[in-house]
Amino acid sequence: MKPAPFKYLAADSAAAALALKAEHGEDARFLAGGQSLIPAMNFRLAQPAVLIDINPAQDLSYIKTERDVLRIGALTRNRTLERDPLVAKHCPLIREAVVHVAHPQIRNRGTLAGNLAHADPASEMPAVMLALGARMKARSAKGERWIAARDFFTGVFSTALAADELLAEIEVPALPPRTGCAFLEVARRRGDYAMMGVAAVVTDGRKVRLGYCSAGSTPMLVESDSLDVDVQAGIDPLGSVHASKAYQRHLAGVLTQRALRIAVSRS
Amino acid sequence: MRIKTTVNNKVYEREVEPRLQLADLLRHDLGLTGTHVGCEHGVCGACTVLFDGLPVRSCLMLAVQAGGHEIHTVESLAAAPDKLHPLQEAFRASHALQCGFCTPGILMTMKAFLEENPAPTEEEVREALSGNLCRCTGYQNIVDAVMLASKK
Amino acid sequence: MTTRSFGERIRRNEDPRLLTGRALFIDDIELPGLLHATFVRSPHAHARIRGIDTAAARAVPGVIAVYTAADLGDYWKPGPLLVPPPPIAGIVFNQRCQVPLAKDKVRHAGEPVALVIAQSRYVAEDAAAEVAVDYEALPAVVDLEAALKPGASLVHEDVGSNVSAHCRQTRGDYARAAKGAHLVIKRRFLYDRGTSSPIETRGVVAQWDAKSDRLTVWDTTQAPVGIRDGLAAMLGLSERQVRVVAPYIGGGFGPKIMMFYPEETLVPWAAMRLERPVKWIEDRAEHFLATTHERGQIHDAEMALARDGKILGIRDVFLHDGGAYDPYGLTVPINSQCTLLNVYDVAHYDSTFTAVFTTLPIVTPYRGAGRQHGIFVMERLLDLAARELGLDPVEIRRRNLIPPDAFPYNYGIIYQDFEPLEYDSGNYEPILDKALELVGYQHFLREEQPKLRAQGRRVGIGVVCYVEGTGIGPYEGAKVQVQSSGKVSVVTGIGTQGQGHYTAFAQIVADQVGVKVSDVEVITGDTDQFYWGAGTFASRGAVVAGNAVNEAAKVVRRKILRTAAEHFECAEQDLLVEDGAVHVVGVRQKSIRLGELAGKANPMRGAVEPGTEPGLEATSYFGPKMGATASGVHAMIVEVDRETMMLEVKKYVVVHDCGTVINPMILEGQIHGGVAQGIGNAFYEKLVFDADGQLLNASLADYLLPTALDVPRMTLAHTVTPSPLNPLGIKGAGEAGAIPVGPLFAQALENALGLPAKKIEILEIPLSPSRLWEIACATPTTGR
Repeated sequence: MKPAPFKYLAADSAAAALALKAEHGEDARFLAGGQSLIPAMNFRLAQPAVLIDINPAQDLSYIKTERDVLRIGALTRNRTLERDPLVAKHCPLIREAVVHVAHPQIRNRGTLAGNLAHADPASEMPAVMLALGARMKARSAKGERWIAARDFFTGVFSTALAADELLAEIEVPALPPRTGCAFLEVARRRGDYAMMGVAAVVTDGRKVRLGYCSAGSTPMLVESDSLDVDVQAGIDPLGSVHASKAYQRHLAGVLTQRALRIAVSRS
Repeated sequence: MRIKTTVNNKVYEREVEPRLQLADLLRHDLGLTGTHVGCEHGVCGACTVLFDGLPVRSCLMLAVQAGGHEIHTVESLAAAPDKLHPLQEAFRASHALQCGFCTPGILMTMKAFLEENPAPTEEEVREALSGNLCRCTGYQNIVDAVMLASKK
Repeated sequence: MTTRSFGERIRRNEDPRLLTGRALFIDDIELPGLLHATFVRSPHAHARIRGIDTAAARAVPGVIAVYTAADLGDYWKPGPLLVPPPPIAGIVFNQRCQVPLAKDKVRHAGEPVALVIAQSRYVAEDAAAEVAVDYEALPAVVDLEAALKPGASLVHEDVGSNVSAHCRQTRGDYARAAKGAHLVIKRRFLYDRGTSSPIETRGVVAQWDAKSDRLTVWDTTQAPVGIRDGLAAMLGLSERQVRVVAPYIGGGFGPKIMMFYPEETLVPWAAMRLERPVKWIEDRAEHFLATTHERGQIHDAEMALARDGKILGIRDVFLHDGGAYDPYGLTVPINSQCTLLNVYDVAHYDSTFTAVFTTLPIVTPYRGAGRQHGIFVMERLLDLAARELGLDPVEIRRRNLIPPDAFPYNYGIIYQDFEPLEYDSGNYEPILDKALELVGYQHFLREEQPKLRAQGRRVGIGVVCYVEGTGIGPYEGAKVQVQSSGKVSVVTGIGTQGQGHYTAFAQIVADQVGVKVSDVEVITGDTDQFYWGAGTFASRGAVVAGNAVNEAAKVVRRKILRTAAEHFECAEQDLLVEDGAVHVVGVRQKSIRLGELAGKANPMRGAVEPGTEPGLEATSYFGPKMGATASGVHAMIVEVDRETMMLEVKKYVVVHDCGTVINPMILEGQIHGGVAQGIGNAFYEKLVFDADGQLLNASLADYLLPTALDVPRMTLAHTVTPSPLNPLGIKGAGEAGAIPVGPLFAQALENALGLPAKKIEILEIPLSPSRLWEIACATPTTGR
């Protein structure tokens, strides 16, 4: 399973990466962690003509807070999210979810931005970003714009990013006071994609934001003003070789109840 | 493309095609065949090496990404063929390998794991091991080997 | 002082090499001028080939050749039949073996259609993508019952149906026995496909040396001698011109003893034709379709019982999914048919199977090799009968065990080795009692389970019995030789895929010849080193090759004593062989190291006596008259999350009897590994084919091998009932762990979820949380 040939270009800064992307457009893919892209290329399911390696672009590697907002640069590895004290303090939900992403060997290379841009509906972190109400900064050589998480994921493996754009930063807002969070998933084996997963954010014991993975062709957001949530109306699971649609719906109900209980107890 | 990389503390300069997988560079260009390839999609873990000290899947990296970095493979563990690393000794004592194909990947993963977690519980070892597939041993003896090594 | 090594937990000789990454596996082989092969494989499960255009592929820079069936000329022919049908009256067998490259038709997704040879695997794959094949899709044949209906699409038109084989074996008179029965239980059982998925896939490297007229083939095969003989015949070479080497192999488990896979047949041919060495390494994506599978069967079984739970008879009619070709004959379904009888005294048995051609990859033995299906049916029938009769599931088993004084127990039907199914020895009740003791059966049922249930937890227990027919013939051989260094070499014709032959065989020799285990060098899998053999399959390596090693070692010991007696001019009984030397008892200065003695046995002058040979060397063969039957019991306590149906194994016990044990550490490793594969088979691993014969989960991300978090810690114990069939008293053990795990899970999960009270039954394997939920809720798969 060897990849098809491609041209390799290394970018040592965000600007350099964007210039290359502007030049090559849809023929080029960014290489960050590569933990989703390279297996796809090994299977020849993805055959980009050009690979723009942004790993040398250190200006994309940061985690910082600005006022109450957490900013995560594109090159932030999932391993870093697991261990970074700013993330633990500002948004423990991220840490709680990221340990479910594959295995340490994958998290040592994989990036949050790469995971979000890959937009696998079974992935945990997109669901978490939805629940948190995060924003994605899309940069191109022409400028930048912000895309809300709820507008970012447009379909299976597809996002609102344009052909010349890079997901450069993820902005996680501060959680309102009296907010508790929880992340739960059911996967066949540890580290596998979830058969169903939910990120729950509960404020004042009743305002609920639930982000689901494996619940549709994109991560699904269900909001409610009370703990009595109509989960089934807000999701549309596709079924898989591991889980029937009925079972996924059943799990969504079970996990929602459990996650809400935990989130409330933490708020 | 020309790359310059350090593998097992030795510097190599090589001309590589962009699509050459890191595992293929190590095994075929550098002759370090101890690292094995089991799946080429990042699941089995047989290809795990240390990249700047951290375990990664060498089937999911390109050789061109190795430039300027430090890689360690299973060949770096034993001081000499008859002087095994304590982790390797523990594996032998515990019968933690049968066909041995998954073993190098597991050794590199566990070496890094024990450096970060010198006194793990069995549960923690199993969790750390869950990213490496073994089809022969049923894992029990591998867990015992890692616990044994952690006590040395 | 020599310490006895047979029976000891000796560290493995092979480990330092494997641990340091210095063991040669197939893809480690580098040769000057090496070329790389890949195959163009059919994306369709069933299609006619209208035409193949290789022009674009051949034009890719770095491509050396592209071959299709048309290019093979006379070399193109179906592979040999590896196992003919057994001599059973009325048996029907339609032999249709795999071909090197599909000619007019493809019969399973992944079947090779063209061979591409290039400078690198990367370029070969580029070229393979350029080969244009014009297919005319045909209806796939996937459902076994539909395949047998009139008008079904035919996998092999000239057969006239999709019947690969049909076979009935009987004992006694089931119909009459059932008439007098207090209870007849009848059910349909489903067992589904899985794949062995060793961490190392297959590979072949071939090198033709035109100057010396010799072909060397490195192959991840479990049967190097068989491959040597077959390749020589196919390629028009003499056997002495062909050397097949099975290097270190990363797991075999059965499918690597399927012989004359298309790739195995073609890579040597290409190497000879191009006069360049050629390497083919199967990648994981290929492995899912190109390497053989196992497991798919549908059983309609019934059991007639007396009021006290004694089995009066069993009738079973089953369909076996054989895949697109049947080169391995009836081995798997015959094993199912025979192993169904398990450890029980069954006087009346009527078993019929139809092996069906499907447009799916070929089915050949994989660890258990059909035994699991039989055990699943028997153990489930007993559980269901116990329920109806109000008996404890352990009690019903106890009442039906073959008693210890009934051995050898002959069922009269024919087994996979063509001999009557006869259990050589066994003592089953102590195994059952030991398992119950270790798992804490009574304590669990009386105290733990009620307490946990009161807390709302779903915990359950399961206990199942199994047999494993092992150690069948025809034979193996071994040559043992004391070298001038004093080290002892052992060579045998079988190969090794991790089961510790380099150590176990050394232990056998070490005691006989008085050396340390680490001073015995074992060579396996090289046809230049040992000419004759069958291979590692059917749990026979230790039994058959081990006994051959033992016989040869005994002869060498006699030669040592005779040579030393001549040398010291004393009687043989005055000699002691230990610590790598021979000395006269009580006279320490009359001592000679074995290496030096070997030199004395190979004179530079004088004569070798007629009827003797030079050196301290012997070759012996061992051919057991029939297989030895091992057996055991697995017991498990499991907890299920009643909402998610995720489970956790709380306790897992194996009590196992494989006769005399050579190395308990190696044996335990085999059990651990077998159970892990059994757990995979029971709850994680299922090959999901759609109605078009497409494999939906062809990657390790979706074909789920158990991880360290999925395989529990196991408690193992042994009983030893030696086999009377060989001097060492050993029985095989390689497949045991994998055999009974399916019915164990079914029983324990039914118990945990309280399904019997709801009249819900688990009649299929593999399970999964999703499927378990559907069964437990009794909702159909199409959702609510």
